[in-house]
Amino acid sequence: MNIHKLEETANLIRQDIIKMLLEAGSGHTAGSLGMTDIFAALYFHILNYDPAKPGWSGRDRLVLSNGHICPVLYASMARAGYFPASELKTLRKLGSRLQGHPHRTSLPGIETTSGPLGSGLSQAAGLALAGRMDKASWRVICLTSDGEHDEGNTWEAVMFAGKNKLHNLTAVIDRNNIQIDGFTEDVMPLDSLRAKYEAFNWHVIEIDGHNMQEIINSFNKAKTILEKPTVIIAHTIPGKGVSFMEGKYEWHGKSPNKEETKRALAELKNHD
Amino acid sequence: MINPKAYLNPKLFDPGVEQAPTRNGYGEGLVLAGEEDEQVVALCADLTESTKAKAFAEKFPQRFIEVGVAEQNLVTVAAGMALLGKIPFASSFATFSPGRNWEQIRTTVCYNDVPVKIVGSHVGVSVGPDGATHQALEDIAMMRSLPNMIVISPADAIEAKKATLAMAKLSKPCYLRLSRDKTPVVTTEQTPFKIGKAEIFYEGDDVAVIATGPMVYRALLAAKELQLRKISVRVINCHTIKPLDKQLVINAAKDCGAIVTAEEHQVTGGLGGAVAEVISQNFPVPLKIIGVEDRFGESGESEELFTKFGLTKEAIMKAITHILRVKER
Repeated sequence: MNIHKLEETANLIRQDIIKMLLEAGSGHTAGSLGMTDIFAALYFHILNYDPAKPGWSGRDRLVLSNGHICPVLYASMARAGYFPASELKTLRKLGSRLQGHPHRTSLPGIETTSGPLGSGLSQAAGLALAGRMDKASWRVICLTSDGEHDEGNTWEAVMFAGKNKLHNLTAVIDRNNIQIDGFTEDVMPLDSLRAKYEAFNWHVIEIDGHNMQEIINSFNKAKTILEKPTVIIAHTIPGKGVSFMEGKYEWHGKSPNKEETKRALAELKNHD
Repeated sequence: MINPKAYLNPKLFDPGVEQAPTRNGYGEGLVLAGEEDEQVVALCADLTESTKAKAFAEKFPQRFIEVGVAEQNLVTVAAGMALLGKIPFASSFATFSPGRNWEQIRTTVCYNDVPVKIVGSHVGVSVGPDGATHQALEDIAMMRSLPNMIVISPADAIEAKKATLAMAKLSKPCYLRLSRDKTPVVTTEQTPFKIGKAEIFYEGDDVAVIATGPMVYRALLAAKELQLRKISVRVINCHTIKPLDKQLVINAAKDCGAIVTAEEHQVTGGLGGAVAEVISQNFPVPLKIIGVEDRFGESGESEELFTKFGLTKEAIMKAITHILRVKER
C-alpha cells in the first residue's frame, strides 16, 4: 500500500476501534488509537504473513506486549483478512475469540498471550533467539508501552537481547507519556529511554508515530542493523484522531458511550 | 511387604544404601533428553552448577542459554522459545522459580499452554545451612493451582532422571521439584514410571501412606518397622502430584480406611491437600497430613531439620498409630 492508502486504512481502523469499544462497553481506547498508524503500517506494508495460513512457519512474528490495546490488533487483523469484520463486535463478550486481553490459543494469528505488562519483550527475545538457532529469516516485532518500562521484567529482556545481539528483533515503544495513574514522568520517570537502551547495546531510532513515512523508514532501517537489536521509540498521541480524547490519560482504560462514539466517528469521518 | 512389581532397590533397607541428590538425576536426564531431541534447550539463572544443568551446557553449548539472575526473564524467554517449538528446561532454585516469577508462569507458560519445563531445585528444609530464604516449602501449592500445569516430585535420583526424560516428551507445561541434599536411592531402572500414575511400593491394607520426594524412603522404613508389630502399611509413591492418580488414592481409601500423607512442603496446598480434595469428595476416611506446619524453615544440617520439623520415620509411625485409633472408633 502507498502512504495515502495506509493513512486511509488507519482512519478506518480507528473507526472500527471506536465502534468495537462502544459495543464492548469497556476497554482501552487511548493506546489503541495512538498505535493505529503503526499497526496499519505493520499489517499493510511491513509484515510478511498469510491470513489463510496463520501458522505459516515463514511469517514474521508480531508480539503485542501491552495486550490491553488489543482493539487495534483485532481491528487490523480483521481488515487483513484473519476473520470477518462482523466478529469485532464480539470483543470482550462471553464465548468470543476476541478476549479482553489477547489469548494465543483462542484466536489463530495471535502469537502469544499478553496483558500482564512487562513479559512480552522477553518472549519476543526468546522467539528471536530460537529463530536464530533455526537459521530463520523472518523477524520478530515486539510492541511495548512506555508504562510497562516500570517493570523489571522489561529491563531483564532489554539486557538479554543486547547481550545476545538479537538483530532479528525490533522493539517499538509507544511513547505516549501516559499510564493509568497519570503522566509517566510523574508516576515513574522514564527519560531518557534512548540513553537507557543505548547503554544496553541497542540501536535506537526515534520517530513521530503518526508519520507514515517515518514509521515505514524506521522498520526498514531496523532490518539493516545487523549487529544489535533495534528499538523504535515512537512518539504518539494517546487518543489520536479524536480531539476530546487526545493526550488525556483519563481515556487510558475507558470506552466511549453512545454520544461520545457519535462525536468521535464524525470527527474521524471528516478526516477521510 | 515390598511390592515385587515395583522392582525397588534390593539394598533399600541396608544402612549403607546408596544415596544421591535428585538434582543429579535431573542433570543426567537432561543430557539424555538433549541427545534424544535436538529441540530440547536449557536455560539457567546463574545457578548452572547447583541445578546440575551444567553437563547439558557443556555438551550442548549452542542450546544452553544463560539469562543471569533474572527469573522473570528465565521463564518468559523460555516461553518465547517454546512458541517456536523448542522444549525449554528452565532451572533455578524453587524459591526464585516458581517463587518469584509465578505470574509469568501463569500467563506465558500455562495460559499460553506451551511446553516449558520449570525445574525448581533446593526444595524443603533439607536445603540445610542456607536457611529459610532458600528452602522452598510452598512450590507445590503454587504450581498445582495452575491450569495446564503438571507437577512432579521424584522420590530419588533415578526417578528424577526418568521424570526429566518423560517431561521432555510431553507437550505440556511441567514443574519438577528437586532436592539439594542426597537422599537414599529407593528405585531401580526397572521400577515403573509413568507421569500421572502413582505406584504401590509396599503392600498393606491397615493404613495407606501416600508420600512424595524424600519422604517415600521414610515411609518405607516406617512400613517395615510396623510390620513387626503386625500393622500392615501400604506405601504409595506419589511422584505426580498433578494430575493426581485419583483411582489409586480412592482405592487406598477403600482398601485401608485410613490415609497418612507425607511431604517436605507446607501442609497447606501440597500433596496432602490434593489427597484430601479427592477422598473427601469420593470416599471420606480419616486423614493425617505430615508436612511443615505453617512456618518457615531455618539453618541447620539436613537430618537435624528433618527431625526438628517432624519429617521422620518416627513421625510417620506416630501418625499411623494415631490414625488407626481414629479408624477403629
